[in-house]
Amino acid sequence: MDLLTILQILDSSVRLAVPLLLACLAGLYSERAGIFDIGLEGKMLAAAFMAAAIAYTSGSAWVGLLAGIGASLVLSAVHGVASITFRGNQLISGVAINFLAAGLTVVIAQSWFAQGGRTPTLQGDARFEPITLPFAESLQSVPVIGPIYYELISGHSVLVYIAFLLVPLTWWVLYRTRFGLRLRAVGENPASVDTAGISVVQLRYIAVIICGVLCGLAGAYLSTALQAGFTKDMSAGRGFIALAALIFAKWRPWHALYATLLFGFLQALALRPDLLENTLGFKVNGQLLDALPYILTVVILAGFVGKAIPPRAGGEPYVKER
Amino acid sequence: MTFMKKMMSATAALALTAGAAAADPAIVFDLGGKFDKSFNESAFNGAMRWAEETGGSFAEVELQSDAQREQALRRFAESGANPIVMAGFAFATALNEVAADYPDTKFVIIDMVVDQPNVRSVVFNEHEGSYLVGMLAAMASESGTVSFVGGMDIPLIRKFACGYAQGVKAVNADATIVANMTGTTPAAWNDPVKGSELTLAQISQGSDVVFAAAGGTGVGVLQTAADNNILSIGVDANQNYLHPGQVLTSMLKRVDNAVYEAFSAGVDVETGFNAMGVANEGVGYALDEFNAELVTAEMAEMVDAAAASIAAGELAVHDYSSDETCPALEF
Repeated sequence: MDLLTILQILDSSVRLAVPLLLACLAGLYSERAGIFDIGLEGKMLAAAFMAAAIAYTSGSAWVGLLAGIGASLVLSAVHGVASITFRGNQLISGVAINFLAAGLTVVIAQSWFAQGGRTPTLQGDARFEPITLPFAESLQSVPVIGPIYYELISGHSVLVYIAFLLVPLTWWVLYRTRFGLRLRAVGENPASVDTAGISVVQLRYIAVIICGVLCGLAGAYLSTALQAGFTKDMSAGRGFIALAALIFAKWRPWHALYATLLFGFLQALALRPDLLENTLGFKVNGQLLDALPYILTVVILAGFVGKAIPPRAGGEPYVKER
Repeated sequence: MTFMKKMMSATAALALTAGAAAADPAIVFDLGGKFDKSFNESAFNGAMRWAEETGGSFAEVELQSDAQREQALRRFAESGANPIVMAGFAFATALNEVAADYPDTKFVIIDMVVDQPNVRSVVFNEHEGSYLVGMLAAMASESGTVSFVGGMDIPLIRKFACGYAQGVKAVNADATIVANMTGTTPAAWNDPVKGSELTLAQISQGSDVVFAAAGGTGVGVLQTAADNNILSIGVDANQNYLHPGQVLTSMLKRVDNAVYEAFSAGVDVETGFNAMGVANEGVGYALDEFNAELVTAEMAEMVDAAAASIAAGELAVHDYSSDETCPALEF
């Protein structure tokens, strides 16, 4: 295996990890505030559709991105109203969002574009093109560092860099700001937050809104950066893998980055059965690699690699007085 | 109120019966809808061609849910439509129930075999069509490496891959064929992102022509191939127009011909098993203004010669689904 092949696999890992990372951070904000969200998948899908549809009609990927975030926010609002205001079951609301998104996107796409639940192919500015970082071309000849910079670090769409910047930002917000402290507290012990005179409902709504924005980014990345248009069910379970990554990361931002990169790497490896066979000397089942993220999560949950403790008030609607 | 309802449903039933006059053919589209740019649309085009050529009329319905399959078949059968064509393997269970109840009605099911005396089962020899596009891929490839992206790992898709590999080897015995399947669950049909990544991985292995038999996943494969300036091959319907000048050809499954034939034969449509292969224009490769520059006259000539010998029975393409092995490709 030469350096270039390794870089190509890592490059693929990054592209596969970014939607997981964005969705994972989305889930992190929501779950840290005590709102379980299994509707990440649905929100990503709705955002992917709306981003592609509006990018196509407006001709601008950025307008599409805003529309995608908007669609995701609408579903977030549904989840928020159901689980915060009306204190409904958060899991059921999440499942409903997934079904709603899977059905609505195809129905709307069909009546809008009449292409069998797809959007037309995006071209030019309607798509986020890969950007080449400064000096990438000229440094390419420098051994080792040059190819790494050119192949791996440069040449992604702008959303990738945003996603990676969101990791330190999330860490800072959660652990270094007053808002972050309150957010974490409201997921652990909402009653004490309430006693301190801070609105639990407001904090939880903010968390759900941030979650919607991040899911919107993830969806838009799928349909307008990785792909050039929406196809039905294109999120293909990534929202659920992101949830697994969130548990694997034990609800911490930096660990979320490592977990999603690991999952992305495993998925990228599964794409190259030939390399695995050459390196290891025996045939590895690709399906096994695909299943590894879930297997690892189960191992974590079983307590083999430390304990994953979810936010204590997670999934519980807050009732002010009993 | 109840009386009104009864009256209304009675009129509705009447309207339905009147809609399809006796012995008009009928067609039921699957959930994808008749404008899906693929399978169903192809079926619809066949029906329209028949209507335009003969001036006849036909009844049609687009299903909205799985539960409507049996209901739609019974409605058409009771209204006297004959024959009733259904596009899609998913009708098999419903048809098995319904067919026996209407012995005088002829049913035609596409892509599936239903063993009833009044049913015509149309299946396609996908391996033959894949063989032809495999030949084209090998001729167009400069690197000597071509690739295949399948959707869900099922025997039908392996049949595509195996036929393709045989075609490639027929032209260039030393060619390398990289074959990947997207997954093992139905999600594999709709994962263009993974299709893209698979294509990129195949490009890094040297592939410069990729054949996608992967439903919605194929959209991602064709897109990535176009973005990276390699050639791709579409499937089922003619997908050459998706990226003009960058899609080498498409493996055509002539669902429209199957529907057209059934409609033309009318009440006398022959029942039983019917295989649509190269010989009866059931499968083939697409040549139009979008790929005219890519397929040279010599290439077309060689492929047409192979098609002729397949049709004449001189050249047999191995069918993976017959014994679950493939001489040209290891899964």
